[in-house]
Amino acid sequence: MILTIAGKELKGLFASPLAWVVLTVMQVITGYAFLRRLDDFLQIQPQLTSMAAPPGATEMVAAPVFGTAAALLMFAVPVLAMRLIAEERRNQTMVLLMSAPVSMTDIVLGKFLGLTAFLMGVIALVALMPLSLAGATRLDYGLLAGLVAGLALLVAGFVAVSLYASCLTVHPVAAALAAFAALLGMVLIGDAAGDGLRTRGWTVAAGFAQVLSPIKNFEPFGKGMLDTHALVCSVLLVAVFLTLAVRQLDAQRLRG
Amino acid sequence: MHSTSMNRTVESAPMPELLTAATISARGLTRRFGTHVAVNDITLELKRGEVLGLLGPNGAGKTTTMQMLTGNLAPSRGAIQICGVDMLEDPVAAKARVGYLPEVPPLYRELTVNEYLLLAAKLHRVPRARRADAVGAARERCGLADVGGKLIGTLSKGYQQRVGIAQAIVHAPDVVILDEPTVGLDPNQIREIRGLIRELGGAHSVILSTHILPEVEAVCDRVQIMHHGNIVYSDTIAALKRIESGATVLVGLRRPPPLGEIAALPGIAAVENVEPALFRVQFSAGADSGDALVKKAAERDWGLYLLKPAQTSLEDVFVNLTRREDAA
Repeated sequence: MILTIAGKELKGLFASPLAWVVLTVMQVITGYAFLRRLDDFLQIQPQLTSMAAPPGATEMVAAPVFGTAAALLMFAVPVLAMRLIAEERRNQTMVLLMSAPVSMTDIVLGKFLGLTAFLMGVIALVALMPLSLAGATRLDYGLLAGLVAGLALLVAGFVAVSLYASCLTVHPVAAALAAFAALLGMVLIGDAAGDGLRTRGWTVAAGFAQVLSPIKNFEPFGKGMLDTHALVCSVLLVAVFLTLAVRQLDAQRLRG
Repeated sequence: MHSTSMNRTVESAPMPELLTAATISARGLTRRFGTHVAVNDITLELKRGEVLGLLGPNGAGKTTTMQMLTGNLAPSRGAIQICGVDMLEDPVAAKARVGYLPEVPPLYRELTVNEYLLLAAKLHRVPRARRADAVGAARERCGLADVGGKLIGTLSKGYQQRVGIAQAIVHAPDVVILDEPTVGLDPNQIREIRGLIRELGGAHSVILSTHILPEVEAVCDRVQIMHHGNIVYSDTIAALKRIESGATVLVGLRRPPPLGEIAALPGIAAVENVEPALFRVQFSAGADSGDALVKKAAERDWGLYLLKPAQTSLEDVFVNLTRREDAA
């Protein structure tokens, strides 16, 4: 049932111009960033060879491209997620799902998986750019895998937060703005709050603050590290906001 | 996770045979929005194969009632059972037995009719092997065979309405709930949809909300009238038709006698002056003949110029019930 709903979301995405616009913009901007980085790398490469442990193409080219993709997705995900619930309620099509014998959990998970699957495709397209260098240089596949995994977790967190925002209102644009504001707030404040708490010695509180700081959880992956703390924090972020979304939908049935 | 801790008490246990025969049984259904009581303690029973018309002026609480019956809205108080399955305790099992067409059909404009009906069948847990047949049958029944490959967004309003109905019956539910199914359709389409509803009444139970009175008389077995969230009238159409068949007539007299003179005639239960020269005469049970009246009129030269069955009794009932309460 979850997969049925996820499939429906995917189909709906590709039937709307929004998905194609997002795909195009992502490709153009990350493509430009990739070529810029590659150009810079080729220019400074002669100097790099004199270093003891010179950074490779993956570190110099791929990592910044993934950073650009992450920043772009912070804008794109709220816009894509506003369709999930807010727009369905506005178009009064949500009734089809609400009248069907499916639980709220199925609906939320289905919609989450549908959009996340689409974004995994976006990430795959971004990953193809550094992979195209495979014939010309030796790539650090471990770092590349870390970047992909980190971006995937980051995006899952974005989707969960935006999905929750999408449950809060029937105005799609308001939902998108709320989601974007929440994500921006989490990136800015979550980071600062974590550091502030840690300098005061409240390490446990700082650990919890990291759940709400998706970019901080992305950092270790971006360095090719598998940090279990960051992994758990990312998964927790997704779980918390999906649970909130289920509860919100349930509350709407009670409130009307 | 759907179970709510709301106060739901069953005052009197229903008789067992009632439980098995009834497809929908709602008791003490109440819904409040803040301090506004949209639906107030209504009770609703529907047997298999019955078509129930839910009538009422705008804002009477029909849509709210239907939203509760389909599990889209949780009642503030009361219990709903679909074929013996409690909607609040086991919503998934209960919803599987219900098909719902809301006031605005929940159509995805970017899907084709076939894709959409297939999605509805999947969501309603029609087994994979039967899905294609179920979609085909629903399409056939709603007259959508020619437009299966078309995008829903390009269809006319009438066809979209039919897709909405097809979506509600694709999983062969025990109960079909239709919220104003003929709104915005042309007369031919209305006739077709009515025929379809009549046909559905054979195998499914149907609840239909409308404010078009002839529609109820044409397709329903039973009628309930809602007003300000209460059910103010509940009877079978057959009973209404009995009243209607000649028992009440409109009599036009050019030279009308005093009211008492007509009332004194044999077999007349009540007389009412509608206009100066127009009377509504109700015959007492069994004496549904205007013979005495016509004879007397000719004898006394009252100038009889009109003798016809009174307006549809449902309209009378409706207007009386919904006006009187407003005045009160």
